[in-house]
Amino acid sequence: MNAKSFVKKYTMVIALVAVFILFGLLTHGRLFYPQNMSNLMLQNSYVLVLACGMLLCILTGGNIDLSVGSTVCLVGALAAQLMDKNGMNALLVIFLCLMVGAVIGGWQGFWIGYVHIPPFICTLSGMFLFRGLGRVILASKTVPVKNKLFLNIFASYVQIPGLDDGKIKMSAMIVGVAVAVILLITVFTGRAKKAKKGYAVGAIGPELLKKAIIAALVVFYAWKLANYKGIPVMLIWVLAVVFIYSFITSKTALGRYFYAVGGNEKATKLSGIDTRKVYFLAYLSMSFLAGLSGLLMAARIASVNGDTGNAFEMDAIGSCFIGGASAYGGSGTVAGICIGAIFLGVINQGMSIIGLDNNWQYIVKGAVLLVAVIFDVVSNHKTGKG
Amino acid sequence: MADYILVMKNITKEFPGVKALDNVNLEVERGEIHALVGENGAGKSTLMNVLSGTYPYGSYTGDIIYNGEVCQFNTLKDSEKLGIVIIHQELALIPELSIGENMFLGNERKGRFGIDWDRTFHEARIHMDQVGLKDDEHTLIKDIGTGKQQLVEIAKALSKNVKLLILDEPTSSLNEEDSRMLLNLLLEFKKQGMTSIIISHKLNEIAYVADRITVVRDGSTIETIDNHDRTVDEDRIIRGMVGRELSDRFPKRVPNISSEIALEVKNWTVHHPVYTEKVVDDNVSFHVRKGEIVGFSGLQGAGRTELAMSIFGHAYGTGISGQLFINGKEVHLTNERKAIEAGLAYVTEDRKGNGLILPQTIAVNTTMARLDKVCSGGVIDTVRENVVAEEYREKLKTKTPSVQQAAGNLSGGNQQKVLLAKWMFADSDVLILDEPTRGIDVGAKYEIYCIMNDLVAQGKSVIMISSEMPEILGMCDRVYVMNEGKVVAEMDIADASQEKIMAAILKSEKKEEEKQV
Repeated sequence: MNAKSFVKKYTMVIALVAVFILFGLLTHGRLFYPQNMSNLMLQNSYVLVLACGMLLCILTGGNIDLSVGSTVCLVGALAAQLMDKNGMNALLVIFLCLMVGAVIGGWQGFWIGYVHIPPFICTLSGMFLFRGLGRVILASKTVPVKNKLFLNIFASYVQIPGLDDGKIKMSAMIVGVAVAVILLITVFTGRAKKAKKGYAVGAIGPELLKKAIIAALVVFYAWKLANYKGIPVMLIWVLAVVFIYSFITSKTALGRYFYAVGGNEKATKLSGIDTRKVYFLAYLSMSFLAGLSGLLMAARIASVNGDTGNAFEMDAIGSCFIGGASAYGGSGTVAGICIGAIFLGVINQGMSIIGLDNNWQYIVKGAVLLVAVIFDVVSNHKTGKG
Repeated sequence: MADYILVMKNITKEFPGVKALDNVNLEVERGEIHALVGENGAGKSTLMNVLSGTYPYGSYTGDIIYNGEVCQFNTLKDSEKLGIVIIHQELALIPELSIGENMFLGNERKGRFGIDWDRTFHEARIHMDQVGLKDDEHTLIKDIGTGKQQLVEIAKALSKNVKLLILDEPTSSLNEEDSRMLLNLLLEFKKQGMTSIIISHKLNEIAYVADRITVVRDGSTIETIDNHDRTVDEDRIIRGMVGRELSDRFPKRVPNISSEIALEVKNWTVHHPVYTEKVVDDNVSFHVRKGEIVGFSGLQGAGRTELAMSIFGHAYGTGISGQLFINGKEVHLTNERKAIEAGLAYVTEDRKGNGLILPQTIAVNTTMARLDKVCSGGVIDTVRENVVAEEYREKLKTKTPSVQQAAGNLSGGNQQKVLLAKWMFADSDVLILDEPTRGIDVGAKYEIYCIMNDLVAQGKSVIMISSEMPEILGMCDRVYVMNEGKVVAEMDIADASQEKIMAAILKSEKKEEEKQV
């Protein structure tokens, strides 16, 4: 691979490394403090979860869901009220809230998929609708989340007696090293499997190097977590969502359909695929994840108010486009949008640590988003809708 | 010597992989009505697009000499400045705007501040009077019929100071009365000194209106027939249009047709999806046997594609009625999935728009219609998918470095092969091929024909919709001729000829006329 195609393939990774280094320098290394590294993930947990759902919507043809921030608020409000006022069991609350997310998704998916209401308009309506409902549930107050079980499920840290009693949380380290080792082993087992089926096996060097770098990063991050409070439970939730969506989009027939609809809807329909259902499922999953995010946010902030989740949809949409999803649909990967989300997260956190004025943070984010999309369009010679 | 307003000399225009125009020469005399005739895809429209600057100077070779000067048009605007105006088959009018607004769209009458609406509508009135359009100039386009819309287009051309008017199939969507009115209008303008070029399939109209007729075939001009004294008849034109030799452009096949009927359609009627009262296919019945290639001939807009798509899981149309039998059993295929499961395939005429997902790989496109065959438990086995795609790549001789190439990177012929591979992989028993060789070169055409022969040799059935008559005659065992939504003739290939097919179409049109009278 020559330098040019390398840069093209890994543009976002290179950009991510660059902003890490940039903000590392600007913050005099404070960005890499264990606490900040741990918070980087926690503060962006909702973005990662929402971006996964948003990717499916965007894949179907650049369609977005504007209502997710409001859904986060509605579901968070419901969870907070049910526990605070009604004292309902946390597990039951979680189940109910996720169902409410799914019902909202079904509502929007039905109109968009089966009645062909333009997604922009349908979800714009949802944005008002669910924000308003959320505030009604909250009775315009800030409701605290104090349920121990609920907080443990979403916002605690993994504590294994015997391992994590000291200053350094060994469980994080053990998990980190284990993941790294497994990653490296898969390089060899994967190659062996391919060779056994008589399939062409590429050079081992680049593949090994790539996995080794990822493994090193995992160990590095685990070390940072171990030096703070250990593995956040929220990280497990986020990774679960990321892995499931990554699997769906890259390995399953269902995932293929999202790309197909965005690539050529008419051809997909004539291939016997129910395109209405594809739209329906995209928006169903989106709101379901928004519901999950609502729970995550309620637990993380430990309270819910009428502005919870405000503008979350913009972070999710931004992550997708920065992460290389096409604004016209049909292309984008979960790995890409995760990089996009972390990229935005690093910029956010870096600017906050420096103490940059909030208004300027908006300006920087806006500029970054535009540059990313311009790059995508220009580098792929996409012109307008053609 | 004749006074030529326009001479096109040695025009050659190539698209990737196809030579659309090959050394075309066209001479148009000042003040005449000149007709261009030829089959679909012969290159008429391409030629006119070269003339109008839609294909800019440099994208073709040869000279355009207009009013004695060599011209180099880079955009439509350049040619319009000199008075060359083209009116396309699909009208370029905005339904939600008024007649007056449409006439000056892109050519606005500007006042000191923005558009001078008084002048706009005043001038619109003048040109509308010239074409005999009596409606109010503020009427919205969507509220007038296609005949009147065509007149608006002509009035629009007049507003641009037209010297040479080009009409591409102006009467294709008009009824008899409106068509006649339009043609008389052209004759009227001729008296006033305007030159027009008219492209049309309706040969009776051509014979009526044109002074000279140039025949285009396979991207070349064949001959120019003089019709100043209106003595040329339709047969004379047809002979020019179709008179090519049929050599070994088609692979030989020994017919092995079973007596079993694979698919039968009875009294199939389809309505337009938007204008639901309009009948697109009218009481069509046909059948195809196992091992048989059946052709559907006809002009564009005869309702063949619509027929095929409506059979394929109601992918087109509303108010569909009639019976469909597969292997003698009546089936109700209400969506595309059911059609595929019943063994039907529809290989679209529009590869890029309806067929392939261009940014996706060949492998992905190949398995698209039956992804379940390479899945276990909903999870795609990409290794198996690649093996399958590779298999079809070899079988169909698709030229590509790898099946991981995006389908959009392939040439037209190879894209067509990927599309065929997709439907062969779907295990279809009856394949409807809609214009399977459109826009691909002769070599690739031959390979597609070979694939068709292989398919029927396996006992499958092929329905081929084609506007190229030689292809129908060269490949099919039996042919249905359609016109205006109806099957107007059925012929065994032994009895069929291009003249007979053309005659069947024209006769049915005459019948329609008589009925209306």
